[in-house]
Amino acid sequence: MQPAFEEIEHTADWALRVHGQNLTDLFRNAALGMLSMLDIEPVPGKTEKRVFELKAEDTETLLVSWLEELLYPLEVENAAVVDFQVEVLEKVLLKATIELKKIASIKKEIKAVTFNELDIRTVDSGYETIIVFDV
Amino acid sequence: MVEKKDLIKITDVTWEIPTSYREDMRVPVRIFADETLIDAALGDKSFDQAVNTTTLPGLVSPVVVMPDVHQGYGFPIGGVAASRYPNGIISPGAIGYDINCGVRLLASGISLEDVRGELPDLASALDANCPSGVGVGGSVRLTTKELDKVCRQGSTWALKNNYARRDDLERTEEQGQIHGADPSSISSRAKQRGKGQLGTLGAGNHFIEIDVVEEIFHEAAADAMGLAEGLLTVQIHCGSRGFGHQICSDYVREFQSAVKRYGIKLPDRELVCAPLNSPEGKRYKAAMACAANYAFCNRQVLSHHVRRSFEQVLAGRVPDWDLHQVYDIAHNMGKTETHIVDGEKVRVCVHRKGATRAFGPGFEGLPEVYKPFGQPVLVPGSMGTASWVLLGTEESMTKSFGSSCHGAGRVMSRRQAKREVRGQDLRQELEAQGIIIHAGSMPGLAEEAPKAYKDVDAVVDVVVRAGIAAKVARLRPVVVIKG
Repeated sequence: MQPAFEEIEHTADWALRVHGQNLTDLFRNAALGMLSMLDIEPVPGKTEKRVFELKAEDTETLLVSWLEELLYPLEVENAAVVDFQVEVLEKVLLKATIELKKIASIKKEIKAVTFNELDIRTVDSGYETIIVFDV
Repeated sequence: MVEKKDLIKITDVTWEIPTSYREDMRVPVRIFADETLIDAALGDKSFDQAVNTTTLPGLVSPVVVMPDVHQGYGFPIGGVAASRYPNGIISPGAIGYDINCGVRLLASGISLEDVRGELPDLASALDANCPSGVGVGGSVRLTTKELDKVCRQGSTWALKNNYARRDDLERTEEQGQIHGADPSSISSRAKQRGKGQLGTLGAGNHFIEIDVVEEIFHEAAADAMGLAEGLLTVQIHCGSRGFGHQICSDYVREFQSAVKRYGIKLPDRELVCAPLNSPEGKRYKAAMACAANYAFCNRQVLSHHVRRSFEQVLAGRVPDWDLHQVYDIAHNMGKTETHIVDGEKVRVCVHRKGATRAFGPGFEGLPEVYKPFGQPVLVPGSMGTASWVLLGTEESMTKSFGSSCHGAGRVMSRRQAKREVRGQDLRQELEAQGIIIHAGSMPGLAEEAPKAYKDVDAVVDVVVRAGIAAKVARLRPVVVIKG
């Protein structure tokens, strides 16, 4: 059984190897992996829910856009995604619901989700990819 | 992966990967490194990423790799690639997400011996006055209109708003203002991120450091810079914050389709690019200039807070607590420059990612006081180790498109560093060496442990032996502030 996500060696930045039985699973695991690296402590209490759709030219670009969407509220709203549902449709379209809470503390900063050698491959167990984050 | 047998040794500190290594290479790779640094770089994908970069259309030979090179994303950190106008390309990923990440050096007439007892107070004042860490907002909150002004004016905005002195600007690369910036080329998301972050240090490898000048190697140049042994200096290392990160992200995403439109095939999607004369290329260049100006202004506002901190602590305790600017230099930038290629003057866009411009004596953009010596090159070391002040040389113009190294260069992953080093232990170890550390996060401190980096003295030794820089002064840290 492949782990949903695992950090792999990278000299300067962060790299995650992510697996999923299907694309929705892959996108979910990529988000869980990325959010786990940020070491966020949310403020207890009120949660804000948002629903959105994302479309891209190809699945890799959709994956980058999805992860960027989860990072964006950190700086601008001082809010972090604490729960989410995502469904990938037609390989270039996704629907998501995210739940946000204000941040009490955050230990890590991700500057960007990169396209470095980004390639979503089909494997026996479903899908696999490596994502490099500039930190 | 590139192996040692694939490298041709030209001199003890110059190596080449010829175009015969891989069919799609358009130009060779020239590497400045000694044997030890070559071996270190072969431990990751640095050279493979440099080879990938040689496939970009319109490059002028060669792609240059500095001794502090390490694996990055797309183009390695510590790389220089020049593309020819008008048909060459501009690649956001080959400049980096932290557009105009750079270093500023301030110098003083304050002797370390006179203020040794005040260093803890200075460290606390810097920590309190200079916002740092993840998600920490700046001291200056900008409206959209003011942000647009920062984008166009860079350090000039800081001068108009009392965060700068005129001689700060004279001693900043491009006087702290890249022309051609156009705020309409920037997304509303980038602007949202930029509004609240001016005057912030950020996290990761960014820092403010008080150093003491340990040794002078070039008396006349050091005199011109106001550096003397035993005196305190301050280094500020940071960039364009979330504003620049968003701009680069937006364009790397947008250029995924631009490469298809222009029929450009690349081995790595992070290297996406657009022709310099295309609407997409021009728009990115105008957006990059906005981020570059924001970064110059950011370091300027932080300098203001550093000066304020010195005044708060040292006024009345020493006769003169002033800090004057030595220089401010970018190490992630795409610059339009003219270089001599095969005996001809050629206009190029020089991509420097983790590399510093290092122009030699007499060049037009230098302040008069530096013209006889060349441009100051600032090379921060890893935390707790030396930093260097160097000079650009005439030879760098012919060997490396007027470029030199930018730091020590990582050699160990953050993951491994955290496995091997505890932040708390490291702090105690550095404090035992007389270095005061203020850090936002202990795991973050561990990631930046000196052992995660190459030996900065060895890196500097290579660029000096290669003739692309000359030594002026070696600095030793006494206070380190990290986000």
